[in-house]
Amino acid sequence: MDERRYTRDHEWIKIDKDIAIIGITEFAQEQLGDIVFVELPEVGKLLSKGDEAAVLESVKAAAEVYCPIGGEVIEVNDGLNDDPSVVNNDPYGKGWFIKLRVTDPESIDQLMDELDYNSFVESVT
Amino acid sequence: MGHSKDLTKNNMNLNNSSEKTSTLGHKALRLEEDLIFEIDSPGTTGVDFPDFRFKKDKLGGLKKSTKIGLPGLSEPEVIRHFTRLSQKNYAIDSGIYPLGSCTMKHNPRLNEKLARLKGFSNLHPLQPIETVQGALELIDETANWLKKLTGMPAIAMSPAAGAHGELCGMMAIRAALDARDGANSLRRRVLVPESAHGTNPATAAVCGFKVDAIPANRSGRVDVLSFKEKLGDDVAAVMLTNPNTCGLFESEILEISRLIHECGGYFYCDGANFNAIVGRVRPGDLGIDCMHINLHKTFSTPHGGGGPGAGPVVFSEALASFVPRPWVVSGEHGFSIIENDEDKGDLLPIGRMKAFHGQMGMFIRTYAYLLSHGGDGLFQASGDAVLNANYIMAELCDYLSPSYDGPCMHECLFDDRFLEGTGLTTLDFSKAMIDEGYHPMTMYFPLIVHGAMLIEPTETESKKSLDDFITVMRQLAIDAKSGQNNRFIGAPEFTPRRRLDETKAARQPILRWKEQGEDRNKARQK
Repeated sequence: MDERRYTRDHEWIKIDKDIAIIGITEFAQEQLGDIVFVELPEVGKLLSKGDEAAVLESVKAAAEVYCPIGGEVIEVNDGLNDDPSVVNNDPYGKGWFIKLRVTDPESIDQLMDELDYNSFVESVT
Repeated sequence: MGHSKDLTKNNMNLNNSSEKTSTLGHKALRLEEDLIFEIDSPGTTGVDFPDFRFKKDKLGGLKKSTKIGLPGLSEPEVIRHFTRLSQKNYAIDSGIYPLGSCTMKHNPRLNEKLARLKGFSNLHPLQPIETVQGALELIDETANWLKKLTGMPAIAMSPAAGAHGELCGMMAIRAALDARDGANSLRRRVLVPESAHGTNPATAAVCGFKVDAIPANRSGRVDVLSFKEKLGDDVAAVMLTNPNTCGLFESEILEISRLIHECGGYFYCDGANFNAIVGRVRPGDLGIDCMHINLHKTFSTPHGGGGPGAGPVVFSEALASFVPRPWVVSGEHGFSIIENDEDKGDLLPIGRMKAFHGQMGMFIRTYAYLLSHGGDGLFQASGDAVLNANYIMAELCDYLSPSYDGPCMHECLFDDRFLEGTGLTTLDFSKAMIDEGYHPMTMYFPLIVHGAMLIEPTETESKKSLDDFITVMRQLAIDAKSGQNNRFIGAPEFTPRRRLDETKAARQPILRWKEQGEDRNKARQK
């Protein structure tokens, strides 16, 4: 089973020690369609749980990515500025958005694991 | 045509039904047209230049050292090039346009004729006031018509388009709140339905309000219970579109109006869909405090690349003091314009929205439309718009999946449930419509409906034109359900460019021809 956790807003989060990586799920990218623009926060910004972590624009809609956990932005995926389609092609890999240094890594245990998320997606479609 | 290649020669799998129902205008889509730089024949020109070789130039000793990069073509070559390009443009003048009035409905040619009258078209906004009395009278008359049709006592004619009108209305609401409750008014929350046009929350945010979304109920309308729960003494206003973006009349609008006023807020109406109710419902009677009117939608003036929009805003008594300048007023010496603070009297105008007086050319077209239709004609136009949409809804409801039960207003909304299990999306379906000679409808909006397909035929389509469209839509739905996925996945097939890489088109657009294009030309010949 993979170590990613998922939110009801279709973000995924993966934690290694106190560093969290955040992205959107395969389902989310498929629903949005071709993503043409990604706005990322500045490195050093402090985000609380529920804050806007990124803004996406696709050919269908604009959408916000919310932070599933609080922390300090230590890195953003600059490559998305030139080629946002990576989010569509590789949402769990090269299509990540931000890396956060988090203070309370255990809090993601409350989020859904892969099985729970998959049945959640099934229930909303 | 020397530069054109008929792409259909390699694509003879057009079936009979599509041949029969295709319209003429789109066929030019199938023809390739090179860029004007690629059909350059150096030395050719459309004008005779005087022989300058022996004349002294006026460049002060400067010399041109590089090519100027203009293509050489004769006059007919230029005309043919641009005419062929124009034929690739799907337009309301070449066929039914299911995007509807949001993009462009039919512009009666009479409007155009009158807007070109020299007495109007040669005016300058700084001319002495006594020389523009006719123009001022026209603005005044148009304003009176709009006030009468909306049942509202005050109007700002100057806003330049719908979103600009929204800004004007919300600024007036902000000013009214500050005047009433003091500049520290705590009313900073604006309620906006989930299905709203994106400009509504954007406008509220620009005016310093916080946006709070109201969910829709199962019938696609504002959920009044949730709306009630969201009311409070920090609510500044509600912004509602009626008919809403699902093409449905907000049947609880009187209750919504009562509740927002009871709570001390104002009622903004997005008048984008006024064309569905003009002559039948007066927004003033619904308790609306201000509403913009898209003249270019409701009163048929060109827009969407064809010209500027115009978004006059009507105001209730409660907001009348805040109407921005300039105002056209009539007095014993004719018409005059009030544009300075010294002349404002007791009023509290929010300033001005735009230089000069608004989109004069649009006022002329609107006035021509109003006078040529008259009250009864406007009544019929909104009725026909609703009838046409309901005809399409009724004829397609067994083939596509309507999002909501019951009749619609001027547009009918379907979702992608009918494509379930086919592996096809709304986008695929829309692209296949292009191969059938039709411009797709609005897709993926409103966002509250999955894979939305929103069709607005407008009032000017004949039954035959609607029937042709319906035949094609039915056939596409049948083909989609019977697994003929190739005609969808591969679509559009009969266009010079196929499915575009939309991400690349948005992020790395090539907007200018460059000299290296010669290499590209060679590559193409191989």
